[in-house]
Amino acid sequence: MLATSRTFVANARAGLANDNLQHALGLARTGFPLRRRLAIERLPEFEALRETGRSIKDHTLEHLDFYLELYESRVVASGGKVHWARTPQEACAAVLQVCRSVGAKIVTKGKSMIAEEVGLNEFLERHGITPVETDLGEYIIQLRHEPPSHIIAPAIHLIKEQVAETFRAEHRSLDPDRSLAEPRQMCDEARAMLRPRFLAADVGITGANFHVAETGSSIIVTNEGNGDLTQTLPRVHIVMTSIEKLVPTLEDAATLLRLLARSATGQEFSSYTTISTGPRRPGDLDGPEQYHVVLLDNGRSELIGTEFQDMLRCIRCSACINHCPVYAAVGGHAYGWVYPGPMGAVLTPILIGIEEAGHLPNASTFCGRCESVCPVKIPLPKMMRHWREREYAKKLSPPVYRTGLSLWAWVARRPALYHALAEIASRVLGWAGRDRGRFRSLPLATGWTAVRDMPAPEGRSFHSLWAERRK
Amino acid sequence: MGGAEEVSEARERILAGIRSSLNRGRLDPETEAELRARVAAHRRNLVPARATTLDHQERVELFVTMAEEVQATVTRVTSLAAVPEAVARYLAAENLPAELVMAPDPSLDAIPWETRPLLRIRRGRAEAEDKVSFTPCHAAIAETGTLLLVSGPQTPTTLNFLPDTHIVVVRGRQVVATYEDGLDRLRAAGASEALPRVINFITGPSRTADIEQRIELGAHGPRRLHIVLVEDGQATRSV
Repeated sequence: MLATSRTFVANARAGLANDNLQHALGLARTGFPLRRRLAIERLPEFEALRETGRSIKDHTLEHLDFYLELYESRVVASGGKVHWARTPQEACAAVLQVCRSVGAKIVTKGKSMIAEEVGLNEFLERHGITPVETDLGEYIIQLRHEPPSHIIAPAIHLIKEQVAETFRAEHRSLDPDRSLAEPRQMCDEARAMLRPRFLAADVGITGANFHVAETGSSIIVTNEGNGDLTQTLPRVHIVMTSIEKLVPTLEDAATLLRLLARSATGQEFSSYTTISTGPRRPGDLDGPEQYHVVLLDNGRSELIGTEFQDMLRCIRCSACINHCPVYAAVGGHAYGWVYPGPMGAVLTPILIGIEEAGHLPNASTFCGRCESVCPVKIPLPKMMRHWREREYAKKLSPPVYRTGLSLWAWVARRPALYHALAEIASRVLGWAGRDRGRFRSLPLATGWTAVRDMPAPEGRSFHSLWAERRK
Repeated sequence: MGGAEEVSEARERILAGIRSSLNRGRLDPETEAELRARVAAHRRNLVPARATTLDHQERVELFVTMAEEVQATVTRVTSLAAVPEAVARYLAAENLPAELVMAPDPSLDAIPWETRPLLRIRRGRAEAEDKVSFTPCHAAIAETGTLLLVSGPQTPTTLNFLPDTHIVVVRGRQVVATYEDGLDRLRAAGASEALPRVINFITGPSRTADIEQRIELGAHGPRRLHIVLVEDGQATRSV
């Protein structure tokens, strides 16, 4: 997938002007946070579970080499195979090699963010293999040739009329005059269109939410059941995953599963949580004959021991995205790559470079909601600040911004001067804006005043009030 | 073979990269032994009290409440002998054909289907044309109204996902408090060495909210999940 993170500002502007997107985001920004809050109120242990979840992930990362080797040995013992991949290219090549070994023409896919990260669909198409997305949201955006705009609700940017339009254009074998007014009808239509594909597929590719070192298992969590049909019906099951999804035991997985659904959709538990271990066993009447795990690194191993290590705890629940005021205003496509919102603002520069994605850690109000809802307590704002520091150190930010910041820093390090200048500025601005109480435009601040008014200072500064109160 | 060598090179490089990031070499044998002991202990983390503080009957009630909350339907009967009638009535009420594909599991052999001769039953895995499946479960988990099903020669996974309607028979004594209790039951049943190929935790029927956040049932898996709960007074097996 070609990243457009460089043009975040233009992308965001387009998002703000898109009425359909704004309507769709309106539904999301109330729905997700409300349902999460209601679910958490029912579980008094939730806060303590966050701490436990954090320590499970930290423990695993501290011993990741050991747990990966244990995991691989258990996968092999259960008849599966692990394909280690340092890069997206190696991951795609491993998938292609397995597909070719069984002469695959059609592969069905459950939702996998790792597959998005490595650009698997385009790669398979280039090599003559047809990938069919089966998650309803992923299916819709595949028909529309769009990337996902959310990690668990990929078509959240669309309104139902757009989905209906897409189905009418793509499902040409159906009656053109059929009614597609309601989501129910569209769900039924997608179900009917996809069922034969599930049955015809040679290979099924799923992602994974967790892997269990103890047992060599992969775990997927879905609501639709598409992941289970994807991995049960074809002859071959490939799991696309990355090294940080490992946990030591089933008990550890159970703890994280209690956090996942509540944080993601506000459900007590998703409809389907499936633990898979190896291929079909002797006597089994169904299930895949081969079980492959493509285990991607893509720079993750280098994060251990750095200020970004905490990001490897992420369980991809999307709570940070669902509670982000910036995401809620501009939508996921503005972020320009696979992972949007606060987790994307930290992860995207890691995966495609701060040169490409420098806007993302800057697109934050630093309100801190992302960190406060994160089920594994990832300090997302702090890591966005780390990126800003790196961006500054690498001299990637615009010259005006850098000069302004240096000037401000110079003054801020001299408190007497700072207070004097602030006092003068607030008096001048207060006097100039005394009639309206606000400014429509200000020299040197058009970035602010182009889209909103600047309030005029009223009365005295906080510093002088504070100094007086302490007397 | 070039391909195989490259793959193993990736493996070595990734592991070496992790160790270098952790500022150490391979773990020393003592630490490895500690980690192996941690894994083998199956130590439970914090487990919510919601279901663990209940007695068995309360746990069964919680299971039913939680399952119904996520749109599973529940019929309660007092003996296996009452299951055929409960199933037949359910199918009639839902306007479904009197035709089942049933798991070839011996635990279902005691159900007297001959009392409902009009019910046609095939035993095996599910095929594309099957409308209704009937399966046992391994455990039922009270905390979230979740069914725990495992794959095996007698319990094929397709039964849980292909048909539009999935009917599951749950024995009262199978109701446990938590996911951990369900896993312990599995291990006690001989799964401590290798897990069953698939363990399905099923909580209500298939659903999606991918179009405008509106919840619709029956996205790809079953549109209906019906539970026949057999409360035949047998005490719960301790786990």
